[in-house]
Amino acid sequence: MADTATELVAPAARQVVYCGVCSLPPEYCEFGGTAKKCEEWLQKNHPDMHQRLYSAETLSANMSALSVDAQKRAEKDAAKKTAKAAAAEQREAERKAEAIVLIKRVERNKRKYVTVVSGLEEHGLDLKKVAKELGKKFATGSSVTKTPAGGEEITVQGDVSDDLYDWLQEKYPEIPEDNLDMKDEVKKKG
Amino acid sequence: MFKKDFTAGAKSKVKSSVQRGIRAKVLETYPDLEPHIEEILPKKSQLDLVKLPDRVSLYVLDDQPLFYQHMDDPIVPHLKIVHQYPHAFKTLRIDRGAIRFVLSGAALMAPGLTSAGGRLPDKDEEAKPGDIVAIAAEGKEEVCMIGPLEMGTEEMKEKKKGVAISAGHYLGDGLWKLELN
Repeated sequence: MADTATELVAPAARQVVYCGVCSLPPEYCEFGGTAKKCEEWLQKNHPDMHQRLYSAETLSANMSALSVDAQKRAEKDAAKKTAKAAAAEQREAERKAEAIVLIKRVERNKRKYVTVVSGLEEHGLDLKKVAKELGKKFATGSSVTKTPAGGEEITVQGDVSDDLYDWLQEKYPEIPEDNLDMKDEVKKKG
Repeated sequence: MFKKDFTAGAKSKVKSSVQRGIRAKVLETYPDLEPHIEEILPKKSQLDLVKLPDRVSLYVLDDQPLFYQHMDDPIVPHLKIVHQYPHAFKTLRIDRGAIRFVLSGAALMAPGLTSAGGRLPDKDEEAKPGDIVAIAAEGKEEVCMIGPLEMGTEEMKEKKKGVAISAGHYLGDGLWKLELN
């Protein structure tokens, strides 16, 4: 459904392919630190482009554009960047594996409870959005509250801890089950 | 300018009169966008303004960032827009050796443009300090950076030294990686 009228005036918008791994245009992947993964992605998703960008000619043309000295430096830099990216990824994974999501049932008043969920942000979730979801799901008030320690947690009104446990597992399977924890807590009257 | 990753601030709708102003300003700065403006920023669309750190405002249409602006500086297009309409912007070219520095957020220095792999416009098309230019790269098709020049192209040819662009938007920076919603 190309609009012929606009095409006559000027070339239409170009569609640019972006790498699925590092989000740059594929020709810039080599500078991103995840070059290896990017190449695999491109081969899988855009074989024609892969052939053009990673052919022997292109590579040698790239190489000859630089002096030997500059090449060495660039190579070293790229290696460093790759190592850094890999290390960062590993650290991230480790942190995620350790991060525990805690569901607390806090007594607000006799027989009245609020449910507090903390630790979701460690798994890369947007607290505000999850809180909104929870409010909709349980038809109660649900908000992001600040903890005295400086962090943030989600407070859902009412005792929904059991349902919440199941819902989290279902909706966010990326959180390992072992990392979900439930706890009862009685609020001290101060 | 966007070296660090950041999160978007408050999002608000742009008044239609202001939106007309933005549209006019964009066309004034980039007259070559004229045939495409209807595609980029249709007349009957609701533009959003997202506040970014350091007094930068980002104009967003349907969760697609279009332009950003630092206070009342010239409006600069997002690189995705530049990729779509590369011919509408004044383009310089850097040599291959400079790419990795640009992509890691360093200021663009004049030698990257004046060396054998770089391209600067001829004298009659020179770009002056403050002009927004797109930066292409040797051996690459796509533009890798955009920003205001700090030094005119003629001056660069003469001196071959110093900073060419220091506050630009480049591939893989915070603005590029910014996720809206």
